[in-house]
Amino acid sequence: MTDQPHHGRDEPGHEPMPEPGNEDAVAQVTPRAGDPLPDPGIGTHVPRPSDVDPALERRAERQVSGLFGLATLLTLGFTVAYFAIPEDATLLNSSAMNLTLGVSLGGALLLIGIGAIQWAKKLMDDHEIVEMRHPSASSPEDRREALAALDVGAAESGFGRRTMIRNSLLGAMAALGLPAVVLLRDLGPLPGDAAEKTVWTKGMRVVNDVSGLALRPEEIELGQLVNAEPQIVFENDEGEPLEGAEKQAVKAKAAVIVVRIRPEDITPPEGRENWNVDGILCYSKICTHVGCPISLYEQQTYQVLCPCHQSTFDLADGGRVTFGPAHRSLPQLPLGVDDEGYLVALSDFPDIVGPSYPTMPQDR
Amino acid sequence: MRSLSTRRRHPLAGAVVVLLGLCLLGGLYSVFAPRPAGADSATDALVEEGRQLFLVGCATCHGLNGEGVLTDRGDNYGPALVGVGAAAVDFQVGTGRMPLAQNSVQAPEKPVVYSPPEIEALAAYVASLGPGPAIPSEEYTTASTDEELIRLGGEFFRTNCTACHNSVGAGGALPDGRYAPSIEDVSGRYAYEAMLTGPGQMPVFSDDVMTPEDKLAIISYIASIRDEPDYGGNPLGGLGPVTEGAAAWIIGMGALVVASVWIGTQGVRAKK
Repeated sequence: MTDQPHHGRDEPGHEPMPEPGNEDAVAQVTPRAGDPLPDPGIGTHVPRPSDVDPALERRAERQVSGLFGLATLLTLGFTVAYFAIPEDATLLNSSAMNLTLGVSLGGALLLIGIGAIQWAKKLMDDHEIVEMRHPSASSPEDRREALAALDVGAAESGFGRRTMIRNSLLGAMAALGLPAVVLLRDLGPLPGDAAEKTVWTKGMRVVNDVSGLALRPEEIELGQLVNAEPQIVFENDEGEPLEGAEKQAVKAKAAVIVVRIRPEDITPPEGRENWNVDGILCYSKICTHVGCPISLYEQQTYQVLCPCHQSTFDLADGGRVTFGPAHRSLPQLPLGVDDEGYLVALSDFPDIVGPSYPTMPQDR
Repeated sequence: MRSLSTRRRHPLAGAVVVLLGLCLLGGLYSVFAPRPAGADSATDALVEEGRQLFLVGCATCHGLNGEGVLTDRGDNYGPALVGVGAAAVDFQVGTGRMPLAQNSVQAPEKPVVYSPPEIEALAAYVASLGPGPAIPSEEYTTASTDEELIRLGGEFFRTNCTACHNSVGAGGALPDGRYAPSIEDVSGRYAYEAMLTGPGQMPVFSDDVMTPEDKLAIISYIASIRDEPDYGGNPLGGLGPVTEGAAAWIIGMGALVVASVWIGTQGVRAKK
């Protein structure tokens, strides 16, 4: 180690080596006092083969224009493929059109890129230059002039002297902010306590999602999972089913999962002893972390897992969080049976459904 | 009639009347009595054949009468099979999950050990232990190409199945080393039986809540996505952002980095 030649400022390769034909560039490098290292200058300029051999120069020119020409052909191919290939044709088990469009357009862009690099590397002028940094502030004369102009303007307009005009103008400008704020009201009706409520009400039937079939306790077997919705989403006796955006908004919040667990395995939290029907429990399907729908349910461990961030809830233990970033238990919907023997909600969720938010009431 | 009326005071007359009445009652009972399940001899023979197979291959874990075996800690060593029905046996043995090769968190699919007639016999025996779901009829397990049905099946699939089995049925991970298997190549019959019986950690989807027609719709949907070409190119296992991100970062970005370095090192100057 000790007898190795040490590299540094006095190594011959780092000495400034002016080249004929490159004096302009070197002339710009003015040595400054106090530099910790001597200016190394610019390295030796080596001409490229295409600089010295006209035949090679013409060859490079043909190469670059050939690449650009090929790119044009591929772009034309893209246009032809777009109209000529049927949408459902397949090639290599994928869409023939997607594949052709991707290959032709991607190829065209790639060839343009390669051509540009070839052009720059082989043909564009490649002498080295040095550009010194400059301070970004304006010159002192410019700054003095600007300040003088501002003073003249202030004096001639009397802005500082006529205080009544000045203050009334400031007031008028400030008042302009008011319409901008008032118009924000058009963003929509105020949410009120909508975040704390769902459409579930006392006596609303729990129905299977998609089919809308009302559920009876005896139809739900041990180990069963039902992805369910409030009946209001589907055809029902009480009115028209919801449609469109309103239906999606309701479903997104009121979706529930219904499971049947051995009654002896359930440890209900205080006050929830009567919320299940013979071991049938109903929980919100919306994760309390950031609101992903969860129905990844293990029938033997009674755990439901959120696929987004692996929050895990124990349905036999009041929906308690057993793992993951969720902070609140999964809200439980109290279940009962109506006169005709169908499962119904006994009330809305007592807890707030969905992800937690900063202004959430602390007692819920 | 005269002879009858004259002998009605005979000392044995009462006994004869009682005997006749009993015979009549017995005859009527044998005519109207409900026939016990598996009364015919063919089924009896099948159940007996199944019982013999069960004693050899299953009883170690599930008990001599399918009553289940508990460990010292009170956990299930082999669960009780009373009431699981023929469908559960057909699924577990027919897909090779049973007999279990070793104790593990999950029974993996593997080569089938029993022949179809043996599986039929085992299913008949286990079904005789208690009422349970039967093997579904082919009417509901043969995938249909009806577009309306496939559309409905897609809705059921996205609502009930995708959470564990992935949106293209490629399967996914569960807690503690368990997993939801890929269902891309599962036959309609085993898919139906799995929904009906809930093997392992999979929840049950009973016929009352998810009707046989609904299940057929799901089976038809799975079959339809199996035959679909991959319009977006190689699906990379259909596992979503994990494989796609890995491919984009390692292959895509890697190629860009290699290309940039190559462009930078590839000099065009001749060395003098």
